[in-house]
Amino acid sequence: MSRETERSRRAAPSAPAGTNEDAERSDRAGGDAAGITRLVGSVPDPEMPMVDLADLGILRDVSVDGAGAVTVTITPTYSGCPAMDTIRDDIRARLAEHGHTDVTVRTVLTPPWSTDWITAEGRRKLAEHGIAPPPQRAQRPNATFVPLSVRCPHCGATDTREVSRFGATACKALYVCAACKEPFDRVKPL
Amino acid sequence: MSEPNGTVNAPAADTALVAYVLRLGDDALIASHRLAELVSSAPQLEEDVALANISLDLLGQARALLTYAGRAEEQLTGVLRTEDDLAYMRDENQFVNCRLVELPNTDFAHTIARQLLFSAYAYELYGTLVDSADETLAGVAAKAVKELDYHRDHAALWTVRLGDGTDESNARMAAALKAFWPYVDEVFASDDVTRTVAAAGTGTDPASLRPAWDTYIDGVLAEAGLDRPDTPPLTGLAGLGGRQGVHTETFGYLIAEMQHLHRSHPGATW
Repeated sequence: MSRETERSRRAAPSAPAGTNEDAERSDRAGGDAAGITRLVGSVPDPEMPMVDLADLGILRDVSVDGAGAVTVTITPTYSGCPAMDTIRDDIRARLAEHGHTDVTVRTVLTPPWSTDWITAEGRRKLAEHGIAPPPQRAQRPNATFVPLSVRCPHCGATDTREVSRFGATACKALYVCAACKEPFDRVKPL
Repeated sequence: MSEPNGTVNAPAADTALVAYVLRLGDDALIASHRLAELVSSAPQLEEDVALANISLDLLGQARALLTYAGRAEEQLTGVLRTEDDLAYMRDENQFVNCRLVELPNTDFAHTIARQLLFSAYAYELYGTLVDSADETLAGVAAKAVKELDYHRDHAALWTVRLGDGTDESNARMAAALKAFWPYVDEVFASDDVTRTVAAAGTGTDPASLRPAWDTYIDGVLAEAGLDRPDTPPLTGLAGLGGRQGVHTETFGYLIAEMQHLHRSHPGATW
């Protein structure tokens, strides 16, 4: 297990999970890992179904052994994320539909998930569905972080206010827009 | 809570580390339970949601820690205790949480006082444990510290709002801090367990966290217009406290409620 974690850690800074790098590595490990990675990556998040596990960056690794046993490694957004059980079930169900029945879903905490792992595509989908995406932190080390106003995903105004730092799910905060008066959720930076 | 796929790396066979991780797990579990009691009883809907979110974060931390404590203990004893065994099948005097986290939600100010004092400590603690030589503990800490940053901020905002609010809210916040202050020293007490894990580089001696905690708490209290309480520390029965399994009277009721379902219906799932 520690070797798995070490691999994930090395991959962390540049590659959100479920990317080509993971797929290629698993390919070498055996079988159709790239295809399975795409299958697992396309499982929708149970709480925010407009994004999938690949968009969210919570899929860390997929490997297939010689006998066809699949090991999927995922990471929670928050320690107590109550969707993890459902996500595990959804992954098994999706793979079973495609004939993979020997499936182990592992959970790892290292490296810790942050909202930087949400892909550009994931951010676009969130905004499209009325959820303000988290800010993208600078890619360069030691860059100055300038907090910007949260843009209303309904009308685009930046005159918005945080109502509560804790929203309908562990990963969201509750905002309201002063321009269009609509409340909205925001994925809070972590 | 049964969870077949743990979040645990190969555990270290070390008696002090098992005792230490169990303390951290119990602190998080009991703090989580006290907040869960308030779901649907908070002063406003947003607070129901906030307290439930914080409770859930702490429960997630507790599950990872108790699972790890159980597996590390198995290396020493050959007997595995799962997170459920540890949470639901131990008696009151086998819990080693600090007494601060078990103190009851007398009113909302008490809930906020407990959260302020505890999360300011836990934030400092996990900030050091991210560098633990123990890989699992470092992993749990890296997640926990970000969550505790939000928890601490939530409690500080409310402390200022209540302290700097009406005469009534100020008096209640002051009373809550005064009631909980005698339990603060226990949180930062060193003993053989903490000294051993600190020397091994796996844990942190809590006494080393006190200066940063004092600075933070003094800042919040100043902003809230509240005085630092001067109530003396409560050492516990014959010098024994929560870390030795000696708890306050209300703790038995907490345990009874928390464990009731599991003990009445062993193995129940839904």
